[in-house]
Amino acid sequence: MTSAVIWTIVILAGLGLVLALLLYLFAQKFKVSEDSRIEEIEGVLPGANCGGCGYAGCHDFAASLLEAPDLSAHYCPVGGDAVMEQVAAILGYEPVKKVPKIAVIRCNGTCEARPKINIYDGAQSCVVKAGLYAGDTACSYGCLGCGDCVEACLFGALSMDPITGLPLVDEEKCTACGACVKACPKGLIELRDKGPRGMRMFVACRNTDKGPVAKKACSNACIACAICFKTCQHDAIIFENNLATIDYSKCKLCRECEAVCPTGAIHGINFPKPLDKAGIKERIAKRK
Amino acid sequence: MSKLTFSIGGVHPRDCKPAKDKAIEQLPLPETMYVSMAQHLGAPAKPIVAVGDKVKTGQLIAESAGFISAMVHSPASGTVKAISPMPDIAGRMVPHIIIDVEGDEWVEGVDTGEDIVSEIPEDSLMMLERIKACGVVGLGGATFPTHIKLNPAPGSPKAEALLINGSECEPFLTSDYRLMIERPKRIIIGAAIMQQILGGPKCSICIEDNKPEAVTSMRNALAQLGYPDMEVVQLKKKYPQGSEKQLIQAVMRREVGSGALPISVGAVVQNVTTAYAVYEAVQKNKPLISNIITVTGDCLPVEAHHNYEFRIGMPLSYIAEYAGGVPKAAAKIVSGGPMMGKAIANLDAASVKGSSSLLYFKYETTKRLVEQACIRCGHCSDACPMGLEPFLLNRLYKAGDRLDELEKHAVQDCIECGCCLYSCPAGIPLLDNIRIAKQQVMSAMRARAAAAKASAEAKAASETKAEAKKQ
Repeated sequence: MTSAVIWTIVILAGLGLVLALLLYLFAQKFKVSEDSRIEEIEGVLPGANCGGCGYAGCHDFAASLLEAPDLSAHYCPVGGDAVMEQVAAILGYEPVKKVPKIAVIRCNGTCEARPKINIYDGAQSCVVKAGLYAGDTACSYGCLGCGDCVEACLFGALSMDPITGLPLVDEEKCTACGACVKACPKGLIELRDKGPRGMRMFVACRNTDKGPVAKKACSNACIACAICFKTCQHDAIIFENNLATIDYSKCKLCRECEAVCPTGAIHGINFPKPLDKAGIKERIAKRK
Repeated sequence: MSKLTFSIGGVHPRDCKPAKDKAIEQLPLPETMYVSMAQHLGAPAKPIVAVGDKVKTGQLIAESAGFISAMVHSPASGTVKAISPMPDIAGRMVPHIIIDVEGDEWVEGVDTGEDIVSEIPEDSLMMLERIKACGVVGLGGATFPTHIKLNPAPGSPKAEALLINGSECEPFLTSDYRLMIERPKRIIIGAAIMQQILGGPKCSICIEDNKPEAVTSMRNALAQLGYPDMEVVQLKKKYPQGSEKQLIQAVMRREVGSGALPISVGAVVQNVTTAYAVYEAVQKNKPLISNIITVTGDCLPVEAHHNYEFRIGMPLSYIAEYAGGVPKAAAKIVSGGPMMGKAIANLDAASVKGSSSLLYFKYETTKRLVEQACIRCGHCSDACPMGLEPFLLNRLYKAGDRLDELEKHAVQDCIECGCCLYSCPAGIPLLDNIRIAKQQVMSAMRARAAAAKASAEAKAASETKAEAKKQ
């Protein structure tokens, strides 16, 4: 009885040792040598594997960095400048700085402003919905509200606001990886500079219909009145195809466009003070 | 002999055609008509009239813009009020020519008489030209320009069979049926014209066995006209028999390959209404400006079902209003059949060449089942007439970024008939997802083909350059 137990242990232990030896030899024989720097770089990367850099994941990004002559074509939007500095230090390259970006949603067609004229009962996916028709409301450009962007976001930075029916961007969590931009079939999400202290202006509308049509569909729409275009002193408003767009490289954050917009399609966010509409209008009148 | 039908898949929706016995009525002209520029497959037509122009009924108002495109004609006489984008039935903006109707004065050269002309002209090219000039498109649903289908690309096999599709396999639709009952001779003459253009293939008029009156009517008319090489075939009722590939399989026992056209197996399929439009175009020089629409549904009283002959460009709301208004119980209005049709998001949209029905359904009929998990029962695979595995395609689509595998499992062969969705006991939106997957795969395939073509061209160009250098 005892000998049977002993033999069992001995045979199993021997077998284990032989196999371990074999495994070790094979591992040595077929070893894939990888630059140790890849692992090192991966260590400093956020490890989200979001694909925001344009590569299939953090490992792919790290591997491609070794072949790159400099850092100009590589940037991890999630880690930002801090991570890129560490990466540069590992590789001995000059670090490249980029302005932090953020996703903005260019639709302000809230449930209140944009009454539903249809009820959709198909698959709850914006892509499917966009393939079938223009949307529940009379606006064929606006948010479809099924939350494909929320699903696409790996960082939990997007959520649907139940009151407005529109997605909300959590500024703390958004890494500007661009997954939501790809997911939105209406092309409503845009990556843009975060702005000084997060202050930024944008036109929350993509409707290129003529004014009356746009206005009828949504009371918050850009109605192509061009008042913002005429008011702006910095040439920051691009006005084409019945739609105003702000060129944020030129925008001086004076908030004049926001004050004069009759429908409230232009949004300024993260400003310390609330918009002094009357004051700004007075200023514009004086200038004239 | 047992009746013919296609061999794999298919479903049997409830055979329900309440508007079956309603004769075709003429609709009076509304005050304003909206003529869409994108009512056919392919490039939208280009308007050739200006605001303020006087137009007559049947006058060409927009030219085809591209190889696959079609002419558009004025549905009434009047003044062009505006040319502007308007939402179509899906709410998407499409350019329209808006006409203030003043009367119904026809343009010269059109025979508006009712007499039937059975003499077929000899000149096939002239007939083809007329079909093109009259803007005839396939009225079975796809609205593919007819003149292209009747003129196969050089090098393709000779047409051996012309199938005239009168199967109308969707429940509720009766426009083809009424046409076969009321105007059978004109359909047959139209078929004979197409037969001649194609070089005399055998012609089969295919009708499902739930329409015996149509079979009798067509057989009688055929006997009276006495065209050779033409027969009326009765098919066993099964959905989607009206689909091109399924019809060919049912009648000819040939299978159209993946991505291939019916002509590759020597078949051309045309709808009965298209045959009728071809007759009007060739024999009467009448452009395609009217079609038959069925107003029906499951929440209408018996007297409210109608078959109307409408002018293309009448707003759907006008047709609905004339038929007695939208019933209160209607939760969904569908255009084009309950299986493949689309819910109308905008009833004010204009009717188009392909409008064949206005169906009112109550909530209980159209509500979707609550989505549950797939239990791999395989009903969808059994139902798919293309032999695909819808559950697998749905799973691959949901997994994201699996275009290669989707292509391997032939998502591009989906005909969007909806059998999978109809048969799924778990209420999974199979077709909704597969349709998107199909679009993605098709665009990837097109991009690949374009890239291959470009690289082949570049290679050829560099070769000729090298040769020139040598010399």
